[in-house]
Amino acid sequence: MNNPSGYDEMWGTAQTQSMGDMAQSQAFTRPPYQNLDTWIQGEDPARLKKKQREAEEIFRLTGITFNVYGRAEADERLIPFDIIPRIISGREWSKLSRGIEQRVRAINAFLHDIYHRQEIIRAGRLPIEMVAQNAAFLPQMIGVTPPGGVYTHIVGVDLVRTGDDDFYVLEDNARTPSGVSYMLENRETMLQMFPELFSQNRVQPVSTYPKNLHRSLCASAPAGADSNPVVAVLTPGIYNSAYYEHAFLADKMGVELVEGHDLRVVDGRVCMRTTRGYKAIDVLYRRVDDDFLDPLNFRPDSTLGIPGIFDVFRSGGITIANAPGTGVADDKAIYSYMPDIVEFYTGEKAILQNVPTWRCGEPDALAYVLDNLADIVVKEVHGSGGYGMLIGPTASKKEIAAFRDKLLAKPENYIAQPTLSLSTVPILTKAGLAPRHVDLRPYVLVSPEGVTITPGGLTRVALKKGSLVVNSSQGGGTKDTWVLEE
Amino acid sequence: MLGKTAGGLYWMSRYLERSENASRLVEAGQRIALTRSAHEDEWLSILQTAACDEGYIQKYGEVTRELAVDWMLRDPDNPSSVMSVVSQARQNARMVRTAITREVWEAVNQAWMTLKGALARRVPERDLPAVLALVRQRAAFVRGAMHGTMLRNDAYDFARIGTFIERADSTARILDVKYYVLLPSALAVGSNLDNVQWESILRSVSAEGAYRMTYGQDVRPREIAHFLIFDTRMPRSLAFCAGKLVDNLAYLEKDYGETHRSHGLAGELCGCTAGSNVDQVVETGLHEFIQDFLGRAFRLGAQIESDYRFHE
Repeated sequence: MNNPSGYDEMWGTAQTQSMGDMAQSQAFTRPPYQNLDTWIQGEDPARLKKKQREAEEIFRLTGITFNVYGRAEADERLIPFDIIPRIISGREWSKLSRGIEQRVRAINAFLHDIYHRQEIIRAGRLPIEMVAQNAAFLPQMIGVTPPGGVYTHIVGVDLVRTGDDDFYVLEDNARTPSGVSYMLENRETMLQMFPELFSQNRVQPVSTYPKNLHRSLCASAPAGADSNPVVAVLTPGIYNSAYYEHAFLADKMGVELVEGHDLRVVDGRVCMRTTRGYKAIDVLYRRVDDDFLDPLNFRPDSTLGIPGIFDVFRSGGITIANAPGTGVADDKAIYSYMPDIVEFYTGEKAILQNVPTWRCGEPDALAYVLDNLADIVVKEVHGSGGYGMLIGPTASKKEIAAFRDKLLAKPENYIAQPTLSLSTVPILTKAGLAPRHVDLRPYVLVSPEGVTITPGGLTRVALKKGSLVVNSSQGGGTKDTWVLEE
Repeated sequence: MLGKTAGGLYWMSRYLERSENASRLVEAGQRIALTRSAHEDEWLSILQTAACDEGYIQKYGEVTRELAVDWMLRDPDNPSSVMSVVSQARQNARMVRTAITREVWEAVNQAWMTLKGALARRVPERDLPAVLALVRQRAAFVRGAMHGTMLRNDAYDFARIGTFIERADSTARILDVKYYVLLPSALAVGSNLDNVQWESILRSVSAEGAYRMTYGQDVRPREIAHFLIFDTRMPRSLAFCAGKLVDNLAYLEKDYGETHRSHGLAGELCGCTAGSNVDQVVETGLHEFIQDFLGRAFRLGAQIESDYRFHE
């Protein structure tokens, strides 16, 4: 049950784990987990396994499924849910949330700068190619300031942990981060199945998220909107993999869920077709990518967007959340500059650490990476979902050789990082509790009124023993994430 | 409310109603098959009633009990098969998820999950009664969830309008395919064949018991026609459905403060089931009357779609 390779959030480091010699039982349990540990010891393992199956039933009935692209309805999948919660102490969380807030403010300041005077480039802190050659940089956004000055209203900051005090930002998600519905439904399911756990532990609630999201979006409305702005959620439609989440958020906020063909530009406003005619929208929380947003301004073959919406946006007639062009702040090459970016715009050292990153476009870095391919992780600058990456320590010689060729052909397309020993949290397996690697995506809301961070976030867990890949498309699952009251 | 959402609610209800009606038709057909010596052409008339005979003939040519039942219940090539319409109902429910309650969504989702299991393979004859009952039970659960949990607002009105347009169409089709057995013809009156047909008509609208309660034991064509067309107490009669359409459109009119062409059309539809009686209708032509009603109901449906901007 021990995790000799690293740090377990329930049982601590390899040292503390070996301190007790009572085989199988945990001589040491980290304080946030002590109540849970006592509860687990007193539970009948058969009942826990039954609860695990029950949870799956609940998810299936509620329809918390994701669609696999290009397949029929038969391919709606469940993301596996593990009933053992991941627990973060109140003290740990306050430090994390300060770091997250600092980082998110810097990202917004960076976006404003990049689309205006580009001071950071003039100051020599960021090479111009990072922007000029960045596919996510939208020239159409140059000189455009969104209502309230906010570019990225909803941000997901992916964190990993390697020790008691060691948290790293793995990546920023400044475009359209998803998964928040799992955070909320995981908690609902746990409350339903184990009410006693929530009496024994003082867990900070997450259920305020939809209300906070709505408030944050309303506060970002254009200046001309009245005190009760019209908000809508834009979805690509029921076949999109995250449709459930789009409907969920619209439902919980009490706003309309619209598709491109429900909208059109009428008299300089973006309007939705209602049973009583066209009605103007003030704030559009879009879950459609930049490219597809407006066939007149971006990809002309898009059928998901609204012709002319970008012109309305540019003239201040609608808030688009997140604003077009925010992707320039979250690709993996820009990531490597984040400590500088945070310092440049906030005047403070970054509270959250970055994972050391080699930019393969730089000759020295490339040489080092090529010499050490077997020990490090190499990622595509624009990749996501865990695809297109090399995990050196687990790759075969053949895979490494093939990757070396790809890397040499286009080095600037890659970054490399040391293999982190990600923390583990136990999951319930057939043979009892067993540690598995996890990451954490907290959800951050930004409006002109301030930054709101929901305590916790989405914990993704690699269900396969030893695996570091937590992505749901590749066998990852999720857990309820608790932040305890301080 | 979005026009698309209104359309989604309307179609969700239409499809659920259709699944229930298809199950009743299959049951009526099965009943005739069991109580009579081979009447394979009864299955043809059932396929006609469900308006899915053309596709069937194209695919299979010959009509047999087994293939007809399979076509009606689970064939993905038949857009009106129970499985097709339940999937459609669920797709629409997903689309309008924000306009329905969690209970309604879960009832629809569970109907789909349950029937997907029950209809995964061809249904053996011995399981048919249970499967048909399951289809109707699942539709009833959704109706119960809607009745018990939804606000009585425009969303509810559009769902109800879908239900009654579909039901009016279904009852009218049953009458349209069988009208000749309801005519007072000197040749066949009281023959065994007619008795079976009359009972089958009542069975296909789940009204054998209600008929007995109203008219006693004797099944007579004039009473059947009156019951299915004019009786406003009978929840599947044309008059009842037309009345409900008028009511629900009137709620929308009041709620929105807007009168549309569909309000006039609904009034006219209701008028043709109120302004005459069964003897007049039989005299002037039952077939023509039903055809006229079907046409009006169709035009009303189309007008509602356009008045409330279901599409662009």
